Amino acid sequence: MKTNRKLGMTIVLALMFALLAACGGNNEGKNAGGASSSPEASSPPASSSASPSASPSGSNAAADKVYIPVISKGFQHQFWQAVKQGSEKAAKELGVEVTFEGPETESQVDKQIEMLQAALDKKPQAIALAALDSKAVIPLLQKAQAANIPVVGFDSGVDSDIPVSTAATDNLKAAALAADKMAELIGGKGEIAMVVHDQTSRTGVDRRDGFKKRIEEKYPDIKIVDIQYGGGDHLKSTDLAKAIIQAHPDLKGIFGSNEGSAVGVVNAVTELKKTGIVVIGYDSGKAQMDAIRSGTMAGAITQDPIGIGYWAVKAAYMAYKGEKVEKTIDTGFHWYDKTNIDSEEIKPLLYE
Amino acid sequence: MELSVSPSSKPSVLKRSGAAQKLLAFASLILLIVVFSLSSANFFKFDNIVGILLATAVTGILALGSTFVIITGGIDLAVGTVMTFCSVIAGVIITYGGAPIPFGIAGAIGAGALCGAASGFAVSRMKIPPFIATLAVMMITKGLSLVISGTKPVYFVDTPAFAQIAMGTAVEKLVPGLAIPNAVFIFFGMAILASLLLSKTIVGRYNFALGSNEEATRLSGVNVRFWKIVIYTITGVFSGVAGILMASRLNSAQPALGQGYELEAIAAVVIGGTSLSGGKGSILGTVIGALIMSVLTNGLRILSVPQEWQTVIIGGVVVLAVYTDILRRRKG
Repeated sequence: MKTNRKLGMTIVLALMFALLAACGGNNEGKNAGGASSSPEASSPPASSSASPSASPSGSNAAADKVYIPVISKGFQHQFWQAVKQGSEKAAKELGVEVTFEGPETESQVDKQIEMLQAALDKKPQAIALAALDSKAVIPLLQKAQAANIPVVGFDSGVDSDIPVSTAATDNLKAAALAADKMAELIGGKGEIAMVVHDQTSRTGVDRRDGFKKRIEEKYPDIKIVDIQYGGGDHLKSTDLAKAIIQAHPDLKGIFGSNEGSAVGVVNAVTELKKTGIVVIGYDSGKAQMDAIRSGTMAGAITQDPIGIGYWAVKAAYMAYKGEKVEKTIDTGFHWYDKTNIDSEEIKPLLYE
Repeated sequence: MELSVSPSSKPSVLKRSGAAQKLLAFASLILLIVVFSLSSANFFKFDNIVGILLATAVTGILALGSTFVIITGGIDLAVGTVMTFCSVIAGVIITYGGAPIPFGIAGAIGAGALCGAASGFAVSRMKIPPFIATLAVMMITKGLSLVISGTKPVYFVDTPAFAQIAMGTAVEKLVPGLAIPNAVFIFFGMAILASLLLSKTIVGRYNFALGSNEEATRLSGVNVRFWKIVIYTITGVFSGVAGILMASRLNSAQPALGQGYELEAIAAVVIGGTSLSGGKGSILGTVIGALIMSVLTNGLRILSVPQEWQTVIIGGVVVLAVYTDILRRRKG
């Protein structure tokens, strides 16, 4: 038994070393490839035209293409896939190389910092970053600044002067619009509740506060009876919204602050066969769009995810080129419901 | 063969001590229900009770499956992501492949069995510790779900019958007005199946024997490696069933979900009195454990307890449950 166990451990260790070795090998391969390709392919025109002044002594900077890593808050969610699409669109247009990566969940601040560190180590020409924790990334941003790598924020801002620009939705304003719509649809009074994706991220906090403040300031007859957090998990948000509805039989409306939360609210209302609860969502996705078409959901706020990704890369490129970039790029938001879901203005902003 | 079933006096002792823990767990469940009913008029209502049972179904079935592996003294960290993987497989077969629903169900359960067998193989043949082996399977299935689905949810909108698996109310046809979703009955059905497997079949007997003394079991001529693979496969099958229910309830396979569910399942198993050191446990205990978890979550939500505190309280309950079990065993 003992020897068996030892054997097992040895195998595991051996595997880990093999993996590490493989990873190391890959990196080396990449670096070597990058270094060797640049003199061969791009020596005469490209390097002299593209990066004369800003290029630090690093290896990649000498390469033929401008490289901009995009560090997102995630990649699994449809929203981030749409942002990715936007970043690729800009990359194609500008002829730059982008990579798109993000941690698995929006609470993995540590993983994102590792990604940012790894991206900086590659000495890119510029970086686009959607910070999960706006304060936690500051030390790395200072490093970027010291290395003359311009940083552009997207999706949410960073509490720092270092990012040359931020391309984002004004979530406070957008959630306030959701609050106005809610007030209008329930007739200006009654009990409402909120299902929010989380209580620590910038978007979670802004959407919650933007909605809450508008209700408190403008609609004294509306009472927010409950705010719960479902982590954006569809199933958890469903059960959570059901409990809220059970606890407050007179509930007139629920606001779901992102796709998973909003779909959870729709599921809850459908499962309980409740009519007369006004559901307002955020972002899109097939389930939410179907709910709006069928009338289960009154409407939702959509951002412009493709625009966010596009402007993140474009602003980063402009900053690298030394062009003037606006400090904040408002990528906008829109209210959509049954009446305009298929309109020219809204349709391109929605993703299935 | 009869002789090979570990020390013969042990099962009866096990049953007795297990009964005490179950009674205690059941009493806590009743106590919770009474307390919540008194605290809020909205708790003890038909719709809410059905809601609680429905919320138990997915994690409950995962917990049932986990019970088998935990009784061997092992652990399965992959149940949550295997569940997601199975739901994606069902989605790919039904929605992308256009195959009839039963094929999707069979595919999902088959995928679950395969993942379980892979974990079992890694544990018993390759001698990788269960924690590491299933951690690897967790990561692999998590990644594969995203790869296969193309990081997009797979919807079952063209096959409305699929949503009926979990949310249809077959019982309403027998008893008009009793609108309890099928998922609840599937959960209890799976519990009965698990209970029979564990108490009436040779798999169950070897399961306990393996957990109480693997070496003795092996020496008495039982093919320990083979039965371990069987046991992990059973756990995988349960994840497959949970995956179908989850996909059916959400009318979509959500490739990014799943992680974290394994810990809820383990908590339910442990609250139900199954020992993490193996050799001891019961399905009834797990059912009660899963119900305690969802009654607690639901009740605290109904009382509008802030979410941060809900998590703290549930964590406290896990400690309390395991500690009373240890205390009671020391006395006995």
